[in-house]
Amino acid sequence: MSSVNDVVIKVATVNGTGSASANGLLLKSIFRMGIPVVGKNYFPSNIQGLPTWYEVRVTGDGYQARADRVDVMVAMNAQTYARDMAEVAPGGWLLYDSTWPRSRQLNREDINVLGVPLSKMCNEHFDGARARILMKNIAYVGVLAALLNIELEVITELLEETFASKKKLIASNLEAIRLGYDYALGNFSCPLSMNVKRMDKTRGHIMIDGNTAAGLGCVYAGATIGAWYPITPSTSLMDAYKSFCKQFRMDEESGGKKFCIVQAEDELAAIGVVLGATWNGARAFTPTSGPGISLMGEFIGFAYYAEVPAVIFDVQRTGPSTGMPTRTQQCDLMACAYASHGDTRHVLLFPANPEECFYMSVQAFDLADRLQTPVMVLSDLDIGMNDWMCPDLQWDENYRPDRGKVLTAEQLDGMEKFYRYIDSDGDGITYRTLPGEHPKGSFFTRGSGHNKYGAYTEDSADYQDVVDRLLVKWETARGMVPAPVIDYSKFNKAAILSIGSCDGAVKEAMVKLKEKNLGVNYCRVRGFPFNDDVREFIEKHERIYVVEQNRDAQLRSLLILDLDINPAKLVPLLHYDGMPINARFVADKILEKHARGQAA
Amino acid sequence: MPEARRRDGRDQNMSYIAKPKVTHPKMPRNSLGLTVRDYEGSVSTLCAGCGHDSITAALIQAVFELGIEPHMLGKMSGIGCSSKTPAYFVSQSHGFNSVHGRMPSVTTGANAANRDLVYIGVSGDGDSLSIGMGQFAHVIRRNLNMCYIIENNGVYGLTKGQYSASADVGSKAKKGPANRQMPIDPVSTAIGLGATYIARSFSGDKQQLVPLIKGALTHKGFALLDIISPCVTFNDHEGSTKSYAHTRQFYHHVIDADFVPPAEEIVTAYQEGAAMPVELHDGSKIVFRKVDADYDPTSRAAAFSFLRDSVNAGEIITGLLYIDGETGDMHDLSGSVDEPLSKIPYERLNPGKDALASVMKRYR
Repeated sequence: MSSVNDVVIKVATVNGTGSASANGLLLKSIFRMGIPVVGKNYFPSNIQGLPTWYEVRVTGDGYQARADRVDVMVAMNAQTYARDMAEVAPGGWLLYDSTWPRSRQLNREDINVLGVPLSKMCNEHFDGARARILMKNIAYVGVLAALLNIELEVITELLEETFASKKKLIASNLEAIRLGYDYALGNFSCPLSMNVKRMDKTRGHIMIDGNTAAGLGCVYAGATIGAWYPITPSTSLMDAYKSFCKQFRMDEESGGKKFCIVQAEDELAAIGVVLGATWNGARAFTPTSGPGISLMGEFIGFAYYAEVPAVIFDVQRTGPSTGMPTRTQQCDLMACAYASHGDTRHVLLFPANPEECFYMSVQAFDLADRLQTPVMVLSDLDIGMNDWMCPDLQWDENYRPDRGKVLTAEQLDGMEKFYRYIDSDGDGITYRTLPGEHPKGSFFTRGSGHNKYGAYTEDSADYQDVVDRLLVKWETARGMVPAPVIDYSKFNKAAILSIGSCDGAVKEAMVKLKEKNLGVNYCRVRGFPFNDDVREFIEKHERIYVVEQNRDAQLRSLLILDLDINPAKLVPLLHYDGMPINARFVADKILEKHARGQAA
Repeated sequence: MPEARRRDGRDQNMSYIAKPKVTHPKMPRNSLGLTVRDYEGSVSTLCAGCGHDSITAALIQAVFELGIEPHMLGKMSGIGCSSKTPAYFVSQSHGFNSVHGRMPSVTTGANAANRDLVYIGVSGDGDSLSIGMGQFAHVIRRNLNMCYIIENNGVYGLTKGQYSASADVGSKAKKGPANRQMPIDPVSTAIGLGATYIARSFSGDKQQLVPLIKGALTHKGFALLDIISPCVTFNDHEGSTKSYAHTRQFYHHVIDADFVPPAEEIVTAYQEGAAMPVELHDGSKIVFRKVDADYDPTSRAAAFSFLRDSVNAGEIITGLLYIDGETGDMHDLSGSVDEPLSKIPYERLNPGKDALASVMKRYR
C-alpha cells in the first residue's frame, strides 16, 4: 500500500482523556499543509470512560465524505483493541502504547503493529497524572508526524497559536510531540509508504462545524433572542451564538447585551419564548434535536395557524425516542414537515455542510419573516458537530433583513382599519403589525378558529377561508425556498436525488460509478416545499435513486406527498446505522439495484 | 348574537362581538385624556355571574387609572375560561392567546424582545397549576417583569367541572365525591419559588383588587395575583370551598394596600405601625395598611409562616402578602441593554464583513 495524500487515520481513545485537542491538532496540521481533510468524531453519550474514536481522512482529491477504510489505527484504548485491530485495512498499520506489550492480542499477520511506549515516556517527562494523560495524546501526534511526514513547523505554529496566552504549555506540548516524533524516527522506517505532502488546496478555506456556522449565521441575521433547552447534538449551536454575541453584541456605551439568551425549562418553553419574541418584532430562534421537535409540536402548529415567524434548528440525531444521541441520521424529515396536530405543513431548509448552515440560517430568518411561519433548518450531527472544510464564509454588506409585510406606525395611522388575515396581495401572505407600534394595529393572536379579520369564529366558511389561504401561502413558499443543486446531463436516464449531509458521499459515488461506466445525474434538494426544479428533474428521469439517512425513506415519502410523484420511479437507498454515509455504500447499492433493475 | 357577526367584516372589530362605545362627555378622563370606555374589550362570552368578569372589570379600571397607553399593553393568556378574558378588556392592545399552560414562556419571549411594554398574563388554576406548573415555576425564577393573574376557581369549566389542582381537600364537586388530594396553593408556591410581589384577592372585592392590580403592573419583576373567582356553573354550591358564600364567610383582609402614583403625595397620616409605604421602581408607592401590626410584608419567611397558620385556621388570607422591590428582573439578571431588543436597528446588530473575515482566521 502506498499513496500520497490519500490516507485514513483513526484514533481510538477513552472518552474524557483529552484526546480532542490532540486530534484537532492532527487535523489542522494536515489542513495547514494545504491538503484537504475530513474529520469525523465518533463519540459516546458519556462524560468519561466509554470508548471514543476520531477519524482523519486525508483526501488530496478533496472528497467530503467519511472514509470506508482505516489505514493507520492509533489504538490507545485497550478495551477496544480487538475491534480496532480488525478494522485496519490489510497492509495497514496499528500503533499502540507498548508500555504494556500486547503482542498476543495484537496478532494480525497482514498488518504492521507499531509499539511506542507512550505512557512510559510521558511518565518520565511530565509531572502529575492529568498532564501525563494529556501529553500521551499529544505524543501520538508526534509519532504520526514522523510516520506520515507531517511538517513539525506547522505543528509548532499551531501550538503557539493555541497556547498564545499560556506560554508554558507550548513548551510541554512541543516536548511531547518531540518524544513521539523522535521515537518513531529512531525505531521505524519513516515515513510510511502512505504519507502526506504539502499541496495548495486549502487556501481560502476553513475547517468549521455546522453548529458554529449556524450560530454565527444567527448573529449576522440580526437575531437578538435565542431560547433553548440543552440537547445533544444542538448544544454547540447556542454556545457559538453566545460566544459570538459576547464578541460582537456588547453595547460599547453601556456594556449591556444586545441579545438575550433564555435557557428554558424544556423545549416547550423554548419555542414559546421564540414565538413571544417574534410576535413582538424580534428575530428569535431555538436550536434543538428530534426529541425537542416532538415536544414543540403543539406550538409549531400554533405558529403555523396564527402565522407567527420562528426559526428552529433541528440538528438531527439517531431516533426513535432517545435513540443514539451521539450518532447521526436524517430521521426527522416527516416529523418536521408535518409537525403538530391538524392540517399543518412547514417550510424546511436542508443544509449539506457548515457553509450552507451559515447562509441558510440567515435565509431561514428572512423566510420566516416573509412567510410568517416557522422555518426549520434540518442539519444533523455529522454536519453540526464535525469539522468540515469549507470556503471562507463571506458577508454581503448590502444585506438587510427582509422583515416581510409588517405595517409601520405611519402606515397604520393612515389606515381606516387594520385586519390581520386579509390577503390583499393574493400571495397568501397577509400584513401583520407589531405590539407597541400603534393602537390601530392591535389584533388578537390566537390558535383558536379565526376568520380573516382575526376574530374568533366557529363559522365553517370563515374557518375554511383562512386555512385555504394558508395553502396559497404554501405555494408562495414553494417559489421562495432555495432551489436544488442539480448536476444534469441529457445522456443519463438514471439519477440520484439526495439531501443534506449525503452530498459528499453521493458526489464521490458518482465518480466511482463513472469508473464503472454508469453515469447518473444528481439533484440535491435544499428546501421544502419542493420547488418546480425538483419536479422537473424527477420528470426527466426514468429511475431515481433517493439516497437518505433514515430507515423509512422519509425524503421519498415527502416527494410523493408534496409532488404527487409515481412511487415506482423512486428507488429508496437507505443508510441508517447512525454513522455518516460513505461513497462505497452509495455506489455499491446503486450498482446492485441497477443490475436488478436491468434484469427486471 | 348572529346579527353582530357580519360576514363582510364591516364594523367588526378584532373581537367576537363589538361592544358599543358610548361616552358621556362628563366621564372621568385619565392622564392620557382617555375614558374607561377606551379600555374596554368585546362582550364576555363567559357565564352570567362569572367571577372572571369582575376581575376583567377591575383590570380595566386599574389600567385606565394608571393611564397606560392601550397599545403599550400586551395581554397574554393560555387556554381555559380565564384565558379567554384578554379579549374582554382593552381591545386596542395586542393579545396573545397561546396554548394551554404555556403563557409564561410566550410572555418571557415577548418581554425579552420588548421590555417597554406592560404585560398582563391571565391564567387559571388548571392552566397554571396543572398543565402549566413547570412554566409557572420557571417564569417566577426569571423574575419576569409582568403581572400574572390566576383566576382561581378550583375547577375546569370548559370541560365541565373536573377538579383542578387548587381544589381543597374535602371540597365537594357538584356531582361525585369530595376531593381527597392536597391542593397546590399558588401563593405559598410563589413565595417558595422567589416571586417578588405576591397577593391574593377575591373577584368580588373590586376595592381591594384595583390597587393590587395597579401595584402589580407597576412592580418591576414578577407579580402574582391569585384571585379566588367562583365558577357559578360548576363550583358555587354548598360544600365547595371556592364558592361565593364560602369565600365571603372565611374571607380575611389581612394586609390591604393602596397604590399611590409617583406624583401624588401621601396626605393621609397613617398610624405608625399600621401603615407602611413601599416605594416601587418608578417612584410610585404601595402603602400597606396592616390589620396585624406585626406583619412584615418584606419578609419572605414571615409571609410563608403566616400563610401556613392561616390555612390551619381555615381562613382565606387576602391582600398584598409579600413584596421585594430590590431584586432585578430578567433583563437585569441577564444584563440586557435598556432599549427594547426588537427596536435596535440592524446596523447596530451586524458585526460586518471585516469582522467575519477576522473570525475566519480562527478556523484555518
